[in-house]
Amino acid sequence: MSDIEESVLGRRTIQTALSILAAAALIIIFVWSFSFMRNEEAPKALIAVVALVVGIGGIWALFITVDNLVSQMPVRVRDFLRPYVFITPAFLVLLVYIIYPTIRTIYVSFFDYTRGSGAPVNFGLQNYLVILSDPKLLVAFRNNLLWLILVPAFAVSFGLVIAVLVDRIKWESFAKSLIFMPMAISFVGASVIWRFVYYRSLWGSQIGLLNAIVVGLGGDPVGWLRIEPWNNIFLIIIMIWLQTGFAMVILSSAVKGVPASLLEAARIDGAGEVRIFFQVIIPYVASTILTVTTTIVILVLKVFDVVFVMTSGQFNTDVVANMMYNQMFKAGQYGRGAALAVILFIAVIPIMVRNIRSMNQA
Amino acid sequence: MFKKILLVLLAGLVLFALASCGGEEEAESSAAAESAEPAVDYSDNPYTDGEDLSGTTVNIFGAFVDNDAARFEDSMVPFEEATGIDVVYEGSGDFETLITVRAEGGDPPDVAAFPQPGLAADLVRGGYVYDVAEWLGMDYLSQQYNDAWTDLAEIEGIQAGVWYRASIKSLVWYNKPVFEEEGYGIPETWDEMLALSDQMVADGYTPWAIGIESSGATGWVATDWLEDIMLRIHPPEVYDAWVAGEVKFDSPEFREALDYLAEIWFNEDYVLGGREGIVLTPFGDAVTPIAVDPPAALMHRQANFIMGFMPEGGAEVGPTLGFFYLPPIDSAMGRPVLGAGDLLGPMQDRPEVRAVMRYLATGLSTKAWLEQGGFVSPHNDTPLDWYPTDVDRGIAEILAAATTFRFDASDLMPGAVGAGTFWTGMTDYVNDENANLDRILQSIDSSYP
Repeated sequence: MSDIEESVLGRRTIQTALSILAAAALIIIFVWSFSFMRNEEAPKALIAVVALVVGIGGIWALFITVDNLVSQMPVRVRDFLRPYVFITPAFLVLLVYIIYPTIRTIYVSFFDYTRGSGAPVNFGLQNYLVILSDPKLLVAFRNNLLWLILVPAFAVSFGLVIAVLVDRIKWESFAKSLIFMPMAISFVGASVIWRFVYYRSLWGSQIGLLNAIVVGLGGDPVGWLRIEPWNNIFLIIIMIWLQTGFAMVILSSAVKGVPASLLEAARIDGAGEVRIFFQVIIPYVASTILTVTTTIVILVLKVFDVVFVMTSGQFNTDVVANMMYNQMFKAGQYGRGAALAVILFIAVIPIMVRNIRSMNQA
Repeated sequence: MFKKILLVLLAGLVLFALASCGGEEEAESSAAAESAEPAVDYSDNPYTDGEDLSGTTVNIFGAFVDNDAARFEDSMVPFEEATGIDVVYEGSGDFETLITVRAEGGDPPDVAAFPQPGLAADLVRGGYVYDVAEWLGMDYLSQQYNDAWTDLAEIEGIQAGVWYRASIKSLVWYNKPVFEEEGYGIPETWDEMLALSDQMVADGYTPWAIGIESSGATGWVATDWLEDIMLRIHPPEVYDAWVAGEVKFDSPEFREALDYLAEIWFNEDYVLGGREGIVLTPFGDAVTPIAVDPPAALMHRQANFIMGFMPEGGAEVGPTLGFFYLPPIDSAMGRPVLGAGDLLGPMQDRPEVRAVMRYLATGLSTKAWLEQGGFVSPHNDTPLDWYPTDVDRGIAEILAAATTFRFDASDLMPGAVGAGTFWTGMTDYVNDENANLDRILQSIDSSYP
């Protein structure tokens, strides 16, 4: 009896020791591979192989070993520790790539810090004062607000209407894929396409789509991108074009979930199609509409690419993210750029909080 | 199933990694083959002080890409053959951002090719750039370069590098056939140029094609014009004081320059497309109207690099397009030339890096590129007969005949101004007829960091 107990205990000790050894070996491999991958002399192919093997296999091995190690512990400790084993690596990655940069950005925004200056100096509010006294920031705020209201409103409305309409036609999937297609294009790619749509030739025939139509109808070519304040709307249209497909696909599946019996009952009760749309379909898919809207709102708050490619913020089309880029990378004013990032960050917080709350409720 | 997919994915990734590295391995093996050739005496050359540094490598990081990168590499071949040092060039369109990241991240290249001295100045202040005068001696640099160039390379008391490529901005390109047909002469003064413009309008032509759009850099064409005008109405000292921020933007000196600009730019008869054409036309497309047949405009002021933007299958520089020196306004100011250049600054100190810097200070280091055309060398020892065409030679002669040479002011000003408010302010001024000029000028002045 005691022999068996002893042997079980012995096996356990050996297993624990093995797990600890394996974990230590893994750590050594990680450290070694890190310095190896930084070595410029090593052949590139070997570095790639090491990165793949250690990166993918290593994480698997780490999870299995540590999980094994935890399994050796007494039941209570085991249950307590196991979740942390799985969450710690993800949390560490978040810490390094999101939380640390956020804190660092907030820190830098209170200092004079420019390209080549070495380290941040002179604590104070100077960056915020300079930025908030810039009349262009007000314009950028106005533009951000325009984006924030118009893009979700139109993208979701169009998406919903299209989702309901195509639900009843034969070539539904074809129509849907046409509208979904812009989603596959990057923001920069889409902007380049729309630059041609709005293009105004200096001489000769108008190669821009809109101006070709205008001239074809006997008008004079128009410089679309400099008509204020409509140029903002012309940029916003690009984002609506890009996002309608996304809204449509999500809403389409929600619309398909509306029970046919409910629709039939409404019809029998004498409701017209318009009334059914507003009083049956919309209430039924309301939660999906909310989700799609917040997703697009968060995307629009960060809008940068479209403005950067189309106008670079000229002609009063600037947005906060583009101003931040200009301060950071064109002017080399890291402090001011960080201050703008903080302002943008503060603006995003309420929406993020709302989103996380509704996610937790769901 | 899952394991199979994982395996296939892994195999694919490994194959991809191998394939993408294949090129470099080949390069390595061919380099190995070269060094196996019969021994050459690598110590007998003007660059390495009699040392044999063969087998070492120098990395140069710059903003030349595509064709320019290949031509730069070609022009390094004479050095590589003489010394056995391998010069590896790496180019990136995001040079401005990456060089700062690399320097501050502790991974600077051996040599950086700065397209703007303002950027170099930022890094010099951070202590990332070595003094070439200390390595090569000021006497050698003065012998290789005009004083104007060595003065420009002096940043924070050190020679922050050697000049490699010069860009001459004070040029007006014109449509030759129309000039010949109508008997237009080349204007020798600003007033003659305005009279010629009036004559063209009277004859039913549009004199000027101007475009300042350049995405994130929109406005630089306007600042180039203003810099050229500043040099033509004020002595160089005023220009230098303006660059240094001592003469304000909101000053009579700068406002006078704006008046000269407005006289041409805001005359709807003079400029193709008017204000709208100016702000919406990409600078590279703005040369096309003078190069097509029949031309839509007759004159275009732009630096020599614009030759690379001429429409394909259209006009050629030489038979269809000519150029003349942007004429003086005040004869007392002589013949000033506005230009720019690429400054190659060392960021590591090793014997082979010093040798490369010595080579880059010679005209020979530009020969292969120069022979391809569209390139002007700032070196004193570059003979004019190396230039492949009369156009290139003519531009080089304009540089040689300059009484004053000044660097593009917006490149010398702090980034917040020179690559920021100066560009955007002038774009606002050109774009909006009702723009509040006082406020624009004051906001440029207040943006000095």
